[in-house]
Amino acid sequence: MSHWHHFRVWRGDADGGELVDYPVEVNEGEVVLDIIHRLQQTEAGDLAVRWNCKAGKCGSCSAEINGRPRLMCMTRMSTFADDEVITVTPLRTFPVIRDLVTDVEYNYVKAREVPAFAPPAGVAPGEYRMQQVDVERSQEFRKCIECYLCQNTCHAVRDHEENKAAFSGPRYLMRIAELDMHPLDAADRRDLAQEDHGLGYCNITKCCTEVCPEHIKITDNAIIPLKERVVDRKYDPIVWLGNKLFRR
Amino acid sequence: MTDQTDRTVEQHTYDVVVIGAGGAGLRAAIEARLQGKRVAIISKSLFGKAHTVMAEGGCAAAMGNANPNDNWQVHYRDTMRGGKFLNNWRMAELHAKEAPERVWELETYGALFDRTKDGKISQRNFGGHTYPRLAHVGDRTGLELIRTLQQKIVSLQQDDHKVTGDYQSHLRVFHECTITELFTTDGRVAGCFGYFRNDGRFVRFDAPAIVMATGGVGKSYQVTSNSWEYTGDGHALALRAGATLINMEFLQFHPTGMVWPPSVKGILVTESVRGDGGVLRNSEGKRFMFEYVPDVFKEQYATTEEEADRWYTDPDNNRRPPELLPRDEVARAINSEVKAGRGSPHGGVFLDIASRLKPEEILKRLPSMHHQFKELADVDITKEPMEVGPTCHYVMGGIEVDPDTGMSSVPGLFAAGECSGGMHGSNRLGGNSLSDLLVFGRRCGLGASEYADGLGALPEVRSGDVEAAIERALLPFSSATDGGENPFVVQLELQKTMHELVGIIRKADEMEMALKKLEDIAARTRTVSVEGHREFNPGWHLALDLRNMLLVSLCVGKAALERQESRGGHTRDDFPVMDSDWRHVLLVCRGLGEDDVELTRKEQIPMRPELFDLFELDELKKYYTGEELGGHRAGQGERA
Ligand SMILES: Cc1cc2nc3c(=O)[nH]c(=O)nc-3n(C[C@H](O)[C@H](O)[C@H](O)COP(=O)(O)OP(=O)(O)OC[C@H]3O[C@@H](n4cnc5c(N)ncnc54)[C@H](O)[C@@H]3O)c2cc1C
Ligand code: SF4
Ligand code: SF4
Ligand code: FES
Repeated sequence: MSHWHHFRVWRGDADGGELVDYPVEVNEGEVVLDIIHRLQQTEAGDLAVRWNCKAGKCGSCSAEINGRPRLMCMTRMSTFADDEVITVTPLRTFPVIRDLVTDVEYNYVKAREVPAFAPPAGVAPGEYRMQQVDVERSQEFRKCIECYLCQNTCHAVRDHEENKAAFSGPRYLMRIAELDMHPLDAADRRDLAQEDHGLGYCNITKCCTEVCPEHIKITDNAIIPLKERVVDRKYDPIVWLGNKLFRR
Repeated sequence: MTDQTDRTVEQHTYDVVVIGAGGAGLRAAIEARLQGKRVAIISKSLFGKAHTVMAEGGCAAAMGNANPNDNWQVHYRDTMRGGKFLNNWRMAELHAKEAPERVWELETYGALFDRTKDGKISQRNFGGHTYPRLAHVGDRTGLELIRTLQQKIVSLQQDDHKVTGDYQSHLRVFHECTITELFTTDGRVAGCFGYFRNDGRFVRFDAPAIVMATGGVGKSYQVTSNSWEYTGDGHALALRAGATLINMEFLQFHPTGMVWPPSVKGILVTESVRGDGGVLRNSEGKRFMFEYVPDVFKEQYATTEEEADRWYTDPDNNRRPPELLPRDEVARAINSEVKAGRGSPHGGVFLDIASRLKPEEILKRLPSMHHQFKELADVDITKEPMEVGPTCHYVMGGIEVDPDTGMSSVPGLFAAGECSGGMHGSNRLGGNSLSDLLVFGRRCGLGASEYADGLGALPEVRSGDVEAAIERALLPFSSATDGGENPFVVQLELQKTMHELVGIIRKADEMEMALKKLEDIAARTRTVSVEGHREFNPGWHLALDLRNMLLVSLCVGKAALERQESRGGHTRDDFPVMDSDWRHVLLVCRGLGEDDVELTRKEQIPMRPELFDLFELDELKKYYTGEELGGHRAGQGERA
């Protein structure tokens, strides 16, 4: 039950590139990543792509498919019309290395800057006691597979290279929220969210939430509560809003 | 852009180099750093994406949170039984004793496991484990494990940053970097060599101690739950450096991989489905596992559906459902049902959780399975059964190591995790890998640090060895391989050979044929040729991985042909029963040049008496020869 599809794949490197047309055979049940692999095995042996698990668990195969940030391994071919042209391009927010592979170092740098879990004093290993309801909030955020689709989508950095230094992106604001909601974390993280990670850059458009393949409610459950806690403690909401508008 | 012929080599020096950023590698690196060492972590994929991320079910540790009767002795016995008593018993002992501490330690790094009512770490049932024993987070335990270790690495880097102003001064991750060669000088580890995937530049790491934590070999098979990374690099690198591999005939075929659609064939369906109540049925709707309980397990497994179902709520007074037999038994049973014509439409059997748990429960306990089937197969597992069949999942065999320090037969070379051998014997129990990574990852980190401390002068890398490594890495681009084949074609043939001829059920003549084909594939592997450049070139990467896949396949094929019995992850059609005379025999592989191996036999060291006495004599009789049983307490009256 195979049929033919028209694929357009971005080929190139840091110096530039172009969309290349490939007619490809598609079989029942296949996903976009299968087609990319078929191209590798046939006419494009050097087509660069990242992947690992092929089951939506590792977050390696992120790309933009017809302009939408998605995991290639979880995008079924049956979701496209037979005559639809399928365009696959690399994530736009990160520098291209080659073809569909981008340099995602930005994310590792930001990850390193979020102060780690601070274990509670005087609680020995094995003595940690937490209720399921209390861990669930942070557990939602720990489902993150670090596909960076949210980072790629957030308009604060998508076409604003200049904001990358000051803004850590939804993934890492969520990491701060996760630690802040951890029942036993001993640190206070509110100033840092605002001052070091650019919480103020986020104007809760929820685009990050929309693309998250793990369906994590990044904006509603992580970022907004974090903003509320920051405001509570330190910022006059009006002043805070003013700051934010000024920045943009 | 790196020119194809560019021979520049970037150089780094470390006290300890860890190859592999899965659970084993990260835990080893953490330990070595805590011992004050300067440490490099190297991985083929991005940091945080190693195979460990895919583990679903959980991490086995006898914490006794769900059932207070659990303790290390029970875990030890289960592990030895699961491995059919071929395990390195010292490793199994250390593993059972230390796993709880290693799991609790993860909480101090920030891990958030699912909880019991009294706030402790929740534990779930799994095949072969007497009590609920697997610490878990829904069905994404591996993700939690790797993220936690990754974040601990970051935390150590933050500590270093406070002192040196540089996050990476003492602990640095080199990701998307593939190691293709180990260097030894006068028989000791001196360093390693590889290339960065993104731009193809060469790199060498000079270090007196190297920890191998490269994972498994499943990519040599057509149907596998493993990713492209599992090309057996660590196994092959160690062989070429002079180390030995053991138990390579034992491969675990997980009973439940997806069978449809074709593009996802092999992808894992976690055993938690059965641990949480899922049952296997054939096309006639029959729960066939009752027919397949082997004699050695008759006493521990239920004989009726009623008893099996009662076990979920009253495990102390009922025996376990046979769906929870060790994996090798379940995989063979499914294989037999399909062969007998009682399979599902796409050549598997049915795994049914829909009729056993309420939809809300399924969504809560098995969210990622629900997602996986919905997205990839259009199946709603809260309403319909899944179709499943065996998939190549885990290699029990690996680098032979000293149980306490993790050092191989090559001084300075250590190994932990799936690439090491011995711990799981002939068959691994589910959940025992994640705990293995933590226990032996830590031990290797310690072992490597102590070894580095005790070394006087550092072994020097010989420049000739570096030149040879460059030569080999560039070979697929050179004119010597002009007209050679596309590496993808050779890989497909290798996978097909192993799948068809050294698969789940094995026969002498088929394996002999496989070995012949592998000889041919070896010649073709030397001459595969690739086009283009060194910048992120998957064809080139595969061309170099292929020789590792080949070497590992040879080990599997030769050892499988030699072992004339069936045990755990090794089933012979021509020798269908387990033979006590083979239990104490280990098959050892050594490398012979670039692409051959030699096989020798070695006696297993007898179990320490007090561990032997943890078993009843009647059980041991099923596995041991008469002479070996003399030391048991039952034969000696009461011991003081
Ligand atoms: C789908 C699935 C589910 C599983 N579920 C469970 C479970 O529930 N419980 C359980 O206990 N076990 C489970 N397992 C088994 C377990 O996950 C693995 O055995 C374990 O994670 C292996 O860990 P590791 O640290 O040895 O290697 P990995 O996590 O595989 O890491 C290997 C590392 O080595 C690197 N590497 C390899 N070769 C090279 C090279 N040449 N140069 C540089 N770097 C290299 C890789 O990039 C990677 O970073 C599962 C396995 C699979 C496939
Ligand atoms: S909600 Fe905030 S973080 Fe998310 S995309 Fe919008 S601005 Fe970015
Ligand atoms: S939060 Fe979601 S979209 Fe963002 S990196 Fe994590 S999984 Fe990807
Ligand atoms: S390959 Fe792992 S998420 Fe797509």
